[in-house]
Amino acid sequence: MQLLANIIVLGAIYALISCGYVLIYRVSRVLNLAHGELMMVGAYLLLTTAGMIPNPWIAIPVAGLLSLAMGALVYLLLMRRMTGESVLAAILTTIALGILLRGVVVIFFSAAHQYPSVPLGLHASSVEVLPGARISSLSLVLVVVTALVYGSLFAFLRLSRWGLRMRAAGQNPLLAAQRGINLHGIYAMVWGIAIFTGSIAGMLISLDAGLDQTLIMIGLKAFPGALVGGLDSLLGALVGSLIVAAAEVLLIQYVNPLLADVVPFLILIAMLVFRPWGLFGTREALDRV
Amino acid sequence: MSKTKLLALILAAAALLALPFTVSGAWMDIANQILLASIGALALMLLTGFAGQISLGHAGLLAAGAFTAGILSRELGAPFWVGIPAAGLTGALLGVIFGLPSLRLRGIYLAVSTLALHFLVVYLGGEYETRRGFSTGILIDPPMVFGIELWDPFAWYPVLLVGAILTYALSRNLLKSRTGRAWAAIHDTEPVAAALGINVARTKLWAFVITSAITAMAGALFAYYRGFVSIEAFSLFVTIQYVAMIIIGGMGSLTGAVLGAAFVTLLPHLIEGATRYLPTGGAISGSVFAMNYAAFGLIMIAFLVFEPGGLMGIARRLKGRG
Repeated sequence: MQLLANIIVLGAIYALISCGYVLIYRVSRVLNLAHGELMMVGAYLLLTTAGMIPNPWIAIPVAGLLSLAMGALVYLLLMRRMTGESVLAAILTTIALGILLRGVVVIFFSAAHQYPSVPLGLHASSVEVLPGARISSLSLVLVVVTALVYGSLFAFLRLSRWGLRMRAAGQNPLLAAQRGINLHGIYAMVWGIAIFTGSIAGMLISLDAGLDQTLIMIGLKAFPGALVGGLDSLLGALVGSLIVAAAEVLLIQYVNPLLADVVPFLILIAMLVFRPWGLFGTREALDRV
Repeated sequence: MSKTKLLALILAAAALLALPFTVSGAWMDIANQILLASIGALALMLLTGFAGQISLGHAGLLAAGAFTAGILSRELGAPFWVGIPAAGLTGALLGVIFGLPSLRLRGIYLAVSTLALHFLVVYLGGEYETRRGFSTGILIDPPMVFGIELWDPFAWYPVLLVGAILTYALSRNLLKSRTGRAWAAIHDTEPVAAALGINVARTKLWAFVITSAITAMAGALFAYYRGFVSIEAFSLFVTIQYVAMIIIGGMGSLTGAVLGAAFVTLLPHLIEGATRYLPTGGAISGSVFAMNYAAFGLIMIAFLVFEPGGLMGIARRLKGRG
């Protein structure tokens, strides 16, 4: 039971992060390898707002809005210039951005392990969710938030006008632009939403476990979940994250704790060998890159 | 070869030969690092700049070579002349594994599969270190080459210089050969290359095998040079540095790879020098590491956005103007 609870919590963490990879890839065909770093910056934004306004109901939404703006700015100031460049150039730009952010974060916030939960006065207590299985109350919040985020993303993409435009831009940018869709606006928006969801994950993790550069590795480890499910499928990201989390928790428990950092990537390799487009992804996605 | 080119070549050769007699030990060490980085960057340039295959597993390959040399030297007392070819062999084998995904995958899928393999190699290295009780790393005694014990930067310089020149010459010849022309063909358009009778799968695998073998040997040289191997030294950042070298140098140019290697190796020293002259020098010197990251990311972005041709692109433009 405890193992099941752990799998669900880890799966929710991975899912909340990996939807950012999927959103950006699905709409703009860019793989954002700075997602882990941007999510860390989001958590540091919370540290900053928490230092100024010690009220979680204000500090967290403000940090969330700031990270939304940060995502849009990353597109408008940087990634927009990479339109039409090669796949490699676009990936490398995100990697370079990641390196830059790592340095900037240490310069501004130091490399020390810090706790944004302290100024907010939040304490994680232990909750019994299933008979014999306890998780921290913040983990419970994280699972609920992940469910909410996925629910609203599905609704947004299916039902809203902007969601329709996003799907159109992802399917065929040229035709979408011909029909009067502002592609740059759509891309900026999707970057904003993706970084927003990633940052929420970063904030919740850092409220629970503290904040330092190890958050980047968590961000990167969430990527295989997105790929296992299929890089252009949100449902896939959810399922893939759960699969990766289950494999990771079970292998750590029964085989070797040192495997923690490598399991997601082993699954990724296996997936790339047998079904590179993922469980729910579209096969054409492979040829489009 | 034109007269000016010949003159430049002679001057460069003279400078390289005179270097050990004019610089301090610290600068000799930096020169050696540049030579080591050049070997790795040349190898990556063959793969990415010429054959058009993306790899984010370069640090993993360096680590594999370094560990091969380290383990052979530590466990079996194997000499330098066994360690280096053995590392090359390990690299070639890994090259097949790293290259296999490229037969089916392209673009970002290839990038992430090589990235995953990087983590796999790093895991295996770490596992070896803890299992054998070398949790801090493996010590390697200075190797004997032609009866000379290589223990200081000045003794190493000729060896590394020869290594770098050999790699450059090998790469140049490879590019002129049938294999090199096949790489250029699959880089441009794969279906056309296939239609011309090029075995695309074999050509791609060759590119990975050759690159990986050279890279692993560079890793082994690095291990011998440092006298110490630890998996900590082969983080993802190392991969990024090598990718930055070929971008900053200029894609599709061997000279560019060497220039990029020099640039990326010198950058931290330049930054350190610059912070010393800043008025707030003392205050931020504690975060030199962070400054390096930030500056490195910024420069990489600047090249990607404003000068995709790299240093060679700048050189070409200046020449065109003059």
